[in-house]
Amino acid sequence: MNAAVEAAIGEAFRLEWGRIVATLIRVTGDWDLAEECVQEAFAAAWERWPRDGVPDRPGAWLTTTARHRAIDRLRREAVGAAKLQEMAEQAEESRAEPDDRLRLMFTCCHPALAVESQVALTLRTLAGLTTAEIARAFLVGEPAMAKRLVRVKQKIRNAGIPYRVPPAHLLPERVPAVLAVLYLLFTEGYAATAGVDLVRQDLSAEAIRLVRMLVALMPDEPEAVGLLALMLFHDARRAARLDAAGDLVTLEEQDRSRWDTGQIGEGVDLLDAALRRGRPGRYQVQAAIAACHVTVADAADTDWAQIAALYGQLVRLVPSPVVELNRAVAVGMAAGPAAGLALVDALDAAGSLAGHHLLPATRADLLRRLGRHAGAAAAYRAALALAPTDTERRYLTRRMGELGCPPGDPPFVVRTTDPTEEDT
Amino acid sequence: MKYLLLICGDESAAAHADDGCGGWDVEMVRRGVLQGGAGLHPPADATTVRVREDAVLLTDGPFAETREQVGGFCIVECADLDEAVEVASKHPAATYGSIEVRPIRTP
Repeated sequence: MNAAVEAAIGEAFRLEWGRIVATLIRVTGDWDLAEECVQEAFAAAWERWPRDGVPDRPGAWLTTTARHRAIDRLRREAVGAAKLQEMAEQAEESRAEPDDRLRLMFTCCHPALAVESQVALTLRTLAGLTTAEIARAFLVGEPAMAKRLVRVKQKIRNAGIPYRVPPAHLLPERVPAVLAVLYLLFTEGYAATAGVDLVRQDLSAEAIRLVRMLVALMPDEPEAVGLLALMLFHDARRAARLDAAGDLVTLEEQDRSRWDTGQIGEGVDLLDAALRRGRPGRYQVQAAIAACHVTVADAADTDWAQIAALYGQLVRLVPSPVVELNRAVAVGMAAGPAAGLALVDALDAAGSLAGHHLLPATRADLLRRLGRHAGAAAAYRAALALAPTDTERRYLTRRMGELGCPPGDPPFVVRTTDPTEEDT
Repeated sequence: MKYLLLICGDESAAAHADDGCGGWDVEMVRRGVLQGGAGLHPPADATTVRVREDAVLLTDGPFAETREQVGGFCIVECADLDEAVEVASKHPAATYGSIEVRPIRTP
């Protein structure tokens, strides 16, 4: 196979898969048929393009081929007759439907579907991942994932979930559902570290690609733009997030020269444009917080007062004890550990974070900075008992071992901007 | 599409048995959505019937003892699930109980 042809097919797959599946679902009303026909169209491309050359408009070639496969298939089934007529009528107008992918995205992320099914279906139909790839990414067996995909498509059909972009009055509740699925997809990949997790890391790239698609389709939705900026900021730090042993490196300790400045720059421009619209939301605020971290060359220059204020805004938008805790960390950095500790104590008294290791871990860090080493050691032990992963336990043990350091050494905080922690 | 709305609640919902549905039915008939339905006596008044090896077996009470009990049902004709959800969310029982929206099979 000629490398140029192979590259052309790969590119067509990335660019066109979701678009063609989305169109075929609209014209056939049959999700399985749509997927199969698009798959067959790509198989035909593998066969024909090396021989006949890459067509001038690969997307149009693939769409036409997939559509013909669908017509053939429907012709063979008696029930297809009415559908065929409809397809013939739609044949021309279908080219003028730019937003089929948006339709598909909203249908995949319909709130009547379980979130894990929304994610799986989005990856299969829009991103073109195979069932095996999705199963690997979510650490379940391929048969289980196949069953989940069958069930979710069955529910869409049987329950009458409409294939459309919701009308304006439903958008305020439906857009957040789409953004939540894309963000979940991103954090699944971002939380991954190494080894098997490499498959999962691709999820972050897919999530970024899908949000870019959403931003292109809904340019007036500042939260979509905010989410893209947020993902770019987090992703820009990817290379610096792990040390040679695969352990997480805190934001403060990361080698900032390894951050992707191009991506950070793009995120800043996007975020500025989104914020100018004057309709802030949780993702824009989270992106603004991430921007405070990634736009300074030295951790010591971080504008913690600004971050604390942004967390205050985020708490109002997304009332969550984890966000409150992050605000306490930021206040501890901006106004001193005593002020942070007062907020942590209030959270502790409220009891909503009982059993969560981040609360004692934060308390330990603040006590340590106040020079109250006995209290800090007790809090580290409490955090260790609750920490969910080995990585966390190693981190806490290391911190505890550093308690003997003289006071006044560089302060550190829990990882305030890892999305997995902000969203719990 | 036709949907069955199963109106459910825990025991405390029984206090609402005589509430009616605050004009919901009138509105849904006017819209051409509501096709039928009724409120039910409590599960304690139910009799469950099974036939095994030609014998008719009766049990006092509902077939499943759960905290959520069916207190009534409606059949609605809607364009799609979004409309069915909108219709169900306007039923007063949705504010204290829950409403299961089940698509009805077409032959």
